[in-house]
Amino acid sequence: MSGLPPYASFTQKLWHYAFRVICGIVFFFLIAPIIVIIPLSFNAQDFFTFTPEMLALDPDGYSLKHYNDFFTNPDWQQAMWNSIRIAPMATLLSVSFGTLAAIGLSQPHVPFRRAIMAILISPMIVPLIISAAGMYFFYSRIGLQGSYWGVVLAHAALGIPFVIITVTATLVGFDRSLTRAAASLGANPVTTFAKVQMPLILPGVISGGLFAFITSFDEVVVVLFVGSAGQKTLPWQMFTGLREQISPTILAVATILVTVSVVLLATIEILRRRSERLRGMSPG
Amino acid sequence: MTAIDSPVLTADGTPLKASLRRALRREKARAFLLVSPLLLFVLLTFIAPIADMLFRSVENGIVHDTIPRTVQALRNWDPEQGGSPGDDVFEAFYTDMVFAVERKSHTRLGSRLNYERTGLASLFRKSGRRVGKFDTTDYADAFTTLDQAWEDPRTWDALAVSEGASLPRTASVHATWREVVRTDGGDPLEEEPWDVLYAALYADLMQAPAGGFDNPLLNDARTAAAGLEPVSLREQFGAIDEDWLDPQVWRTIRTYAGRYTPGYFLNSVDLKLTADGVQYRDEGDRIYILLFGRTLYMSLVITISCILLGYPVAFLLANLPLRTANILMILVLLPFWTSLLVRTSSWKVLLQQQGVINDILVALRIVDDASRLILINNQTGTIIAMTHILLPFMILPLYSVMKTIPPSYVRAAKSLGATDWTAFWRVYFPNSVPGIGAGSVLVFILAIGYYITPELVGGTRGVFISNRIAYHISSSLNWGLAAALGTILLFAVLILYWTYDRIVGIDNVKLGG
Repeated sequence: MSGLPPYASFTQKLWHYAFRVICGIVFFFLIAPIIVIIPLSFNAQDFFTFTPEMLALDPDGYSLKHYNDFFTNPDWQQAMWNSIRIAPMATLLSVSFGTLAAIGLSQPHVPFRRAIMAILISPMIVPLIISAAGMYFFYSRIGLQGSYWGVVLAHAALGIPFVIITVTATLVGFDRSLTRAAASLGANPVTTFAKVQMPLILPGVISGGLFAFITSFDEVVVVLFVGSAGQKTLPWQMFTGLREQISPTILAVATILVTVSVVLLATIEILRRRSERLRGMSPG
Repeated sequence: MTAIDSPVLTADGTPLKASLRRALRREKARAFLLVSPLLLFVLLTFIAPIADMLFRSVENGIVHDTIPRTVQALRNWDPEQGGSPGDDVFEAFYTDMVFAVERKSHTRLGSRLNYERTGLASLFRKSGRRVGKFDTTDYADAFTTLDQAWEDPRTWDALAVSEGASLPRTASVHATWREVVRTDGGDPLEEEPWDVLYAALYADLMQAPAGGFDNPLLNDARTAAAGLEPVSLREQFGAIDEDWLDPQVWRTIRTYAGRYTPGYFLNSVDLKLTADGVQYRDEGDRIYILLFGRTLYMSLVITISCILLGYPVAFLLANLPLRTANILMILVLLPFWTSLLVRTSSWKVLLQQQGVINDILVALRIVDDASRLILINNQTGTIIAMTHILLPFMILPLYSVMKTIPPSYVRAAKSLGATDWTAFWRVYFPNSVPGIGAGSVLVFILAIGYYITPELVGGTRGVFISNRIAYHISSSLNWGLAAALGTILLFAVLILYWTYDRIVGIDNVKLGG
């Protein structure tokens, strides 16, 4: 595939390039919608398309007014702070419970392992609208509907599968003789965990945490039902904005969120490589 | 010489088998202890809500809880004889309604029954306003004129205790009355007795033989009652609305009197439970089969588009040198990582009639300015946007399967004389089928439960069953139907997921890289 042999026939050459063009188009389809909103968010007009000034690269066609609106509009600011308050708390809950459970699950003898795994992964499988409906019904019964903790608990539950999957994946490559060595040298289980196991699985824990964070930070269906106006998050505000009065500020917010995802993606990639390197270093 | 069957002992003298078993047990307990906090957490925050939803899809306590006496009385009514139910039903219904109005639960009951028979919501609302002004006030006037003691709630309290056996209705109504007054923050020993109590007393007295009481107060009342013009509660209700005399209304109430009902599930598939058995809903109300069909059809179209677009890309990525593939992989992972709302907003912007795509098409003279394409708020919009959103979920499993196909297979096929196409179709493609299977099931599972994107770009014709669930939760407040639709969707997903597990295995779910 990578190189065309010198004896390739005309049809083979044609197909070779046609195939690359097709792939190019698909890549374009994947990435263009995300890229295109970035220049549009600097539009000086309240339009959702490129104005002639923008196409002429006239500086007057561009402005930061939509960003200015985002940072001054109380609705957007409130939404941003709500997101910042909810996501880290939900992440903290899912990471602490999730890591503990992942360590338990990676032991050689776990009773009902498959059933437990199915339960823990289920929040990722069940469609969000069904989780949202169930949580809305149940949380109204116990008085959590419309409260900060209701949203945090719901988001923590949604983030748990991601933590479980990433941390158990890291633990698969974990060399058990290291903990045995620590124990034989007199370390108690807590010290072994803190000094030996944790530093080695940390990349997995952090990337699981980032997944959980992004799950909560991007989540809109559940918060729409479980939250009340007081817990309006950034995605919720965007959702209302898109449904009712679509304003170009949404594009500015979208650009900011794309930047955040790029940073998170880069972090996870770096962590993954580091984790692979660490695993490569361990004997066996 | 040791006997063959003597057990092997450990250093401290216990049999090795027992010692090993104990160690294993301890290890299991420790593992379970580590898992249990999270298990408990997920059970409480996630599994319990799902169970609640399953319960709500069949739960129907409202009829029984709001009008218990009526439900009881209706059991003895035979609808086959024709005509509306007997006076005992109206009497029970009067009592139930008075208390329901006080608790403000009659409108809720009305809306519940309205799902099954249109018009009942307004009937209940209307009757709620009138039921306190019935002619039963004549009984109250008559008894209080006879003896002032009847105005004293303590008289009733004492009678309910001492004459409970001979005045069963009065005792029962009085008990409910005390409870209702107390919930309202009143004192049942201070509150002036309501008309409904006098009506119950009248009914009890008329059942008893004249002079059959030990209590002179009751004997006097019995004599007075005999001389009173009886108030027909049937006529009173009939005066509010003739519908109360319609046996069909009562048949509906009777049909839905049970604590559990299959009614919501039947509604979910365009059927309804009537007094005459299960029937199709009216032509105009049959929307759910259509909606389920559309959800499946559109998810299928989206899955197929994802296969068509994803397969070449995954093939390219799997066959390029690792370094190039990793760079191109970013183009797949970036959309995967970008917020769903960001992607949906960008499609909303791009697909508008005055949006970028139409502008380009007009500039290229492909379409006329006057006939810009309608790409949004219809099925096209949903399919385009969701294919984009779910495409990475197809590419990633495909890629990881294709990575494992040894390139030597295709080379071997070619060396045996296969053309490029035969080598691909007969050797490479069959090996990549598990990837297509895994990706398709994943995309399909995600697609049938999607809510946000269809809601924003789907208009009215491009929405899924999930949008209808959301509508019933937040707008129509028909929670039972929402729960039933959700339950059906949930089981569809679980079956698909089980298939996915067969193909890929739970533990092989990969995230991103």
